[in-house]
Amino acid sequence: MHGLVNRAIQRFVTDTYGAALWRRVAHEAQLGFVDFESMLIYDDVLTPRVLDAVEAELGKPRAEILEDIGTYLVSHPNAEAVRRLLRFGGEDFVDFLHSLDDLPDRARLAVSDLDLPQLELREHAADRFSLTVCARKDGFGPVMIGMLRSLADDYGALVLLERRAGGERAAGCVNSEGLDVIDITLIEAGYAEGRSFDLGANVGLGA
Amino acid sequence: MQRAGRSILGRMWGWGHEAHPAKRTLGRPRDAHVPKVGPMQEDGPVAKKGERMNIVGPGQVPQTAMALEQVVEVLDILCPMHVIIAPTGHIVSVGPTLAKLRAEQGLRGAPFLEVFELRRPRNLVSIADLMAAQGLKLHLKFRDRPATAFKGLLTPLPGGAGAVVNLSFGISIVDAVRDYALTSADFAATDLAIEMLYLVEAKSAAMEASRKLNLQLQGAMIAAEEQAFTDTLTGLKNRRAMGHVLDRLITLGRSFALMLIDLDFFKAVNDSMGHAAGDHVLQQVARIMVEETREADTVARIGGDEFVILFDGAEDRAVLDRVARRIIGELEVPIPYGGQLCHISASSGTVLSGDYAEPKAERLLADADLALYTSKKRGRACHSFFREEMRDETPVGPAQNVGEPGESDAADGEVSSGAEIRPLHGAGRHPLM
Repeated sequence: MHGLVNRAIQRFVTDTYGAALWRRVAHEAQLGFVDFESMLIYDDVLTPRVLDAVEAELGKPRAEILEDIGTYLVSHPNAEAVRRLLRFGGEDFVDFLHSLDDLPDRARLAVSDLDLPQLELREHAADRFSLTVCARKDGFGPVMIGMLRSLADDYGALVLLERRAGGERAAGCVNSEGLDVIDITLIEAGYAEGRSFDLGANVGLGA
Repeated sequence: MQRAGRSILGRMWGWGHEAHPAKRTLGRPRDAHVPKVGPMQEDGPVAKKGERMNIVGPGQVPQTAMALEQVVEVLDILCPMHVIIAPTGHIVSVGPTLAKLRAEQGLRGAPFLEVFELRRPRNLVSIADLMAAQGLKLHLKFRDRPATAFKGLLTPLPGGAGAVVNLSFGISIVDAVRDYALTSADFAATDLAIEMLYLVEAKSAAMEASRKLNLQLQGAMIAAEEQAFTDTLTGLKNRRAMGHVLDRLITLGRSFALMLIDLDFFKAVNDSMGHAAGDHVLQQVARIMVEETREADTVARIGGDEFVILFDGAEDRAVLDRVARRIIGELEVPIPYGGQLCHISASSGTVLSGDYAEPKAERLLADADLALYTSKKRGRACHSFFREEMRDETPVGPAQNVGEPGESDAADGEVSSGAEIRPLHGAGRHPLM
């Protein structure tokens, strides 16, 4: 699994529950090190081991933890870069939803070996969508729920999200462990103010 | 001046200066005007068919004016940074995004070349030159601040009615979005500007992560190198590090001295008092050698009980001899360990780089070894400089009898017990090189 994914889990745990808890997780998962490096690739077996250890430490169901990770990635100040890159996807929430199909390719433009799940949005009505998450590994569906929920808040939209396990397999989504379908109902696009997005806020700063 | 210009242009072009819609929304097809196809479009690639010109429907009396207004509407959506220039060189209209860049002073009516500096091609100076620059890549810049740079492409309007210049930020996009607080609505949906900004930001984030990793790896590399060049027991440089320093001194043509020091009776300490005592002795030896030398000198442990000191810039034999004797004297002070005293001594041999026309590392070490052998023969605790004659004095092969009791003229009360017998290396090839 890419270091960026493992690093995201580590930062979520550290920023939410403290560095001491993360050190215990790293120990229990028998990583042999404490810090994941964003730009290295790790053995696929490490990620589930880390999640098992987090689950044991927090005594929380796996799906809930994964959803919290998704929320963290969009709403925590330390993950602002992720939120900004996602907001480049669209002017409003629906616009953003339509950009999700391109998300894995966009990510690859920046980090060529980052293999994100394949996403496919279907529009059933102007306010009803479903998103198919097709991942090589299990667990991305709940993360996506957390991200979508936080992004809806970010855009000021009011949405209902529901995760269906299984469901129709998208074209090209084969041999995958993780298949989730998320039903998205847009109740109100302009429900709240949302957070502002300044295109040029970070450019030119070099970091 | 501008007012007059504007009204003249207004008459000339058949519309007032309010004709240009103040506000347009880009990238939203449902809000966009869908202009009717007018004669301007008919004048495009299909115009050569001639008869197409006649298809234009009836009732279009102010044809040119209407058509141009429609063109502007189209351009506002497709090219929100376009400028339409009258044949006189005055700006007739600008796209909504370009208008936003100079919202306060406004651009309409101003002479194009007074607003924009034409950087390239350099031979374009007049408005006539510009009008003829069809299809050329133009480099322009605002004359006032912020002096945003643009790339531009000009195409003449039909019938000598002026020209359209479409502008883009090019690489200055990054500064422009910041300077003018532009949003994605300011760019046509087909414009790659947003993708470019996304990439700049994503790449910066990825680069930052890589940079951190590189720093960490660099730190680990330095530590590993440090370790690779350090004798972990004593903290001195190891044989490999000494070799590098020696090569560097030779390459730089420095004058230096190479002193080889071999401990006497160390094996006896190791055998009778154990390895821990031996290790302790080696650490004390290292401390003494570092203390007795300067910062610029290199002290290395190149074998079990064999040391090399490289004295950078040393030429004075008397000084070197004093240093050698002082080190030997210090080493002979019994070293306490575990309630007992460890007795050792040392012999040393020195070569001076200045004695060689072309010093070679291997030769220097071999000759220092010969000088060391002479010291051992002289009865230990001695220091000798290498002399050419030593080559002839040295027996071929290991000098097994060196240090045998009775042969020593420097009997210092230590009983050798014979444990010290060890082979010395023959001349010509140093085993460590």
